[in-house]
Amino acid sequence: MDDGPRIGVWVCECGGNIGGVVDVEEVVERFRGYVAEVSKETFLCSKPAIDGIRDAVIKQGLEGVILACCTPKMHLETFMRSLEEAGLNRAYIEVVNIREQCSWVHMADPAGATQKTIDLIRGAVERVRCSTPLEPLRMKVIPEVLVIGGGVAGITASLRLAEFGMKVHLVEKRPSIGGHMIQFPKVFPTLDCSQCILTPKMASVSKNPNINLITYAEVSEISGVPGDYTVKVTLKPRGVDLEKCTGCGECSPVCPVEVPNEYDESLGSRKAIYVPFPQSVPPAYTVDFGSCILCGKCLEVCAPDAIILDDRPKEIELRVGAIIIATGYELYDPMNLSNYGYGKYPNVVTGLEMERILDVNGPGMGQLLVPKTQRPIKSVGYILCAGSRDPENGKPYCSKVCCLYALKQAQMLRDRGVEVWLHYIDIRAPGRRYEEFYRATQEKGAMFVKGKVTEVLPYSEKLLVRGEDMMLNIMVENLYDLVVLCPPLVTSDDTLKLAKGLRVPVDEDGFILERHPKLDPLATKRDGVFAAGVVTGPKDIQTTTSEAEGAAMKAVNFLSKERLIEPNKAVIYASLCDGCGACIEVCPESAITLRDGRAQINELLCSGCGACIPSCPKEAMDQQGLSESQLKAQIRGILEPSEAEIKIIAFVEGEVAYTAVDLAGLARIGYPSSFRIIPLPSMSRLKLSHILYAFALGADGVMLLEAPEHEGPYGRAHAISEKRAEEYRLELEDHGIDSVRLWFSRIYIPDWRKLERVFKVFHSTIEGEGPLDPETRAFLRNRLGLT
Amino acid sequence: MSLRLAYYPGCTLKTNARNYEASAIASSKALGIELVELPRWNCCGTVHALAKDDVMHYIAPVRNLIRVEQLKNSGLVDDGRLVTLCEMCYNTLKRADVTVKEDQERRRKLREVMEEEPPYSGGGVEVIHLLQLIREVGWERVKKRLVRPLRGLRVAPYYGCLLLRPRGIGIDDANNPTIFERLIESLGAEVVEIPFKAKCCGSYQTVHMGHVASELSYRILRQAVEGGADVITLACPLCEYNLGERQGEIRGLFPDLKYIPVLYFTQLMALAFGLEDSVGLEMNNPDPRPLLRRKGFP
Repeated sequence: MDDGPRIGVWVCECGGNIGGVVDVEEVVERFRGYVAEVSKETFLCSKPAIDGIRDAVIKQGLEGVILACCTPKMHLETFMRSLEEAGLNRAYIEVVNIREQCSWVHMADPAGATQKTIDLIRGAVERVRCSTPLEPLRMKVIPEVLVIGGGVAGITASLRLAEFGMKVHLVEKRPSIGGHMIQFPKVFPTLDCSQCILTPKMASVSKNPNINLITYAEVSEISGVPGDYTVKVTLKPRGVDLEKCTGCGECSPVCPVEVPNEYDESLGSRKAIYVPFPQSVPPAYTVDFGSCILCGKCLEVCAPDAIILDDRPKEIELRVGAIIIATGYELYDPMNLSNYGYGKYPNVVTGLEMERILDVNGPGMGQLLVPKTQRPIKSVGYILCAGSRDPENGKPYCSKVCCLYALKQAQMLRDRGVEVWLHYIDIRAPGRRYEEFYRATQEKGAMFVKGKVTEVLPYSEKLLVRGEDMMLNIMVENLYDLVVLCPPLVTSDDTLKLAKGLRVPVDEDGFILERHPKLDPLATKRDGVFAAGVVTGPKDIQTTTSEAEGAAMKAVNFLSKERLIEPNKAVIYASLCDGCGACIEVCPESAITLRDGRAQINELLCSGCGACIPSCPKEAMDQQGLSESQLKAQIRGILEPSEAEIKIIAFVEGEVAYTAVDLAGLARIGYPSSFRIIPLPSMSRLKLSHILYAFALGADGVMLLEAPEHEGPYGRAHAISEKRAEEYRLELEDHGIDSVRLWFSRIYIPDWRKLERVFKVFHSTIEGEGPLDPETRAFLRNRLGLT
Repeated sequence: MSLRLAYYPGCTLKTNARNYEASAIASSKALGIELVELPRWNCCGTVHALAKDDVMHYIAPVRNLIRVEQLKNSGLVDDGRLVTLCEMCYNTLKRADVTVKEDQERRRKLREVMEEEPPYSGGGVEVIHLLQLIREVGWERVKKRLVRPLRGLRVAPYYGCLLLRPRGIGIDDANNPTIFERLIESLGAEVVEIPFKAKCCGSYQTVHMGHVASELSYRILRQAVEGGADVITLACPLCEYNLGERQGEIRGLFPDLKYIPVLYFTQLMALAFGLEDSVGLEMNNPDPRPLLRRKGFP
């Protein structure tokens, strides 16, 4: 029996936890002579025991180790570290779970538990005999980060990365960084001057040698893999040499073209050659070629000769290891809310436009005047939730910042003696010092009307706001000089385009989807791509900056070391592949491409879910660490020599469903000992032949326990397994096997209690059917070429 | 060959709003549409009830719709459309049809109480308003029929509430309707925009809380007068009563208000098409004739 690697088996008694049910002596006896070394331990996880195994590996020259003990989720990593030190490759180390899957769940059936332990260990031994060494892929990362978006999120992230010493490329589409925050005169709840706190940070960005600031530019293409992205950036023609321009401003006054100023939300105007605002970073001017008439007047006055009127777009290429998306938001278009009259009446404005009206450097230079008509503003009505929390007419979500900025603006208006009424549905002010800010606004004399506004109508020179007052249960009609709509923050088309290019999924509202909404909110679903600020949903500046700091540190973490990539990848035997492309269609990670008529796997994109393997009609695919021969050897080892009466193989998704099975063990839920579990990354890894093989070698039933779709590390693959199982069931019938012998379930971790019923029901079904008849088995064996 | 369509008058059209009916029939004819009065029509049901258990409210409108199907089957009309004039009738009949079509449970209950009549499952009849039909016929056809374009006449359209609401029933965008404006322009007149053109006139409150209707109508009238309108035009007999008939009483409450005539849109059409016999201006109050004469219309 001495073929293959020299293997040692250790069986743990776990005090009485295992030894009290499983006859460990008997198990050890069974393997004597079958492997090179076998022994038992009271506590396998104790330091003396681990040291003992390591010494035995070295002294006896063992090449494989099987540890039969508790769930691998407990101590596998500890065992691995120690045995790798002894020179063992991790492909030759297996943990057999005989506590959660055996002694704890078959307390009433010691004989069955002992038989099951023997079978499971034998399966592991046979599997290791077919192992080949595994080496993690090592990949050098580019220690540079691309930050997209120069608002407060992008600025904060860039500064934090630069401070760490990381090279940063900050790309902003407008001529200056600053984002929306630089448009606000004041910020809540401190009422300090927004420009005063942001301008120094903007200046630091431009001075920091680690930050490559690229303004008036857009990311046009991203390729490569996490850790090594190639990014194409299109520089829009700026018409001004950034190096030469001194920002003296001589050019602007002579320019004959006047157009609306984006910085003032088009309430004010600028020239065709302009800086958006005085503190712009970089301070250089920009020619807006969309409105420039190329008269050349500016050329005459530009002393440093910085203006280039025949400027063309340029493309540059960057190589970065990680990307932070900080592209912020837009306002929902209030033109969609036709009952509020935005765009129809000049005295209906958005909250963002009101920020500009309130700014001392805004279009009215601090005078409170109605746009266009220039009438003084003596009374203002706010319409909160103008399109928020309104699935029918706008967005279903709460935009989170509107209550607070409306309160801020209300305070600023009250300070100047303006009458302010806020029409709200609920005032939502949770957050440090926010409720106090609400109270302060009330104390300053702002009026609050709870209820939805139905419409805004012109009434002589004022506006009539009709709505409900739910407190008084009446309809109100109030007249205001100005009405401010607070529409929701929404994702931008640019963000959606970027997300598509990066293959980063977005949610139903178009916001970037977090890797996990609670536990990993700054990472996206793609490795090496992070997000901060409103791109993942509406939020205030406080949260945005915290996220930016966090995202920066996540990028640092990601790039701080060589990337070790698990070698659990799919492989293709090129000589067998005919380039049919079936695997490409199935791959949920888009990791397979066709090159020279053959499928090729990008190991950096492959997640190792194994979904492609059954799709190959040529059987040209396999998986490292979970090869066809390993899987078959394990099935055979578990089943063939087993003396159990009824044998059921349960393939279990290795992360979510496996944990549920462990929890059932922890709770000592009892179920029949007929089940033998083999973990897989996803049920989509299973071929029909694996199931037929199991039946041929003695299984009476096969169970597939899949994780819910999109749960766990291979979640994207779980979608297709149910459909495949349905097909396999039909095929089983063709092979003379009743399809009730194949069971498919999905299981959530918190649903573990359900396992008791699932196992019991399936067991009694199989018991009722009886063992698979020997003729069918013989036929299958023949078919599969088994001796 | 004119298009023959079923026409539902409703109670007011045979009494206070005979001028609306006469002018509608005549001007439709001028546009090539023959309005065939629905035989044995009954009350439309008057108001769409908002209560959950309102099966009884559907009997009247559904019975009318059944008659339309019968008329269609007899071949006396060209298709399954039912033309209405009164906004209240339009709204009630249309909503009944939609509700019966969408609500299976209500349909079942209705069958139980109407078991002696042919079944009606909704959608078999398309209830439309005459304005929709004119829009479909086309503004160009309207312009071609003009005998006496209403040049120099400043007209403020008033939609009222039931023509535009609720969503899915209304014949135009409730916040930015244009159908009246297009018609007025096509007739050669000038549109005067009033902000309250789709706000409530007071409706049935006129019966027992007259002051409510007066206050609401006053604002609409004042806007029209301030906007420089010569006349207001509308499509609903109840609106016509509140804005027109009530003006004397409104002036008692708000003496600053100037009188302003109120005409059905069909009267403007008949006037412009040169169908003097069918305009029926003598029934309007305030009397529009002195003003129209001043403007050069007979």
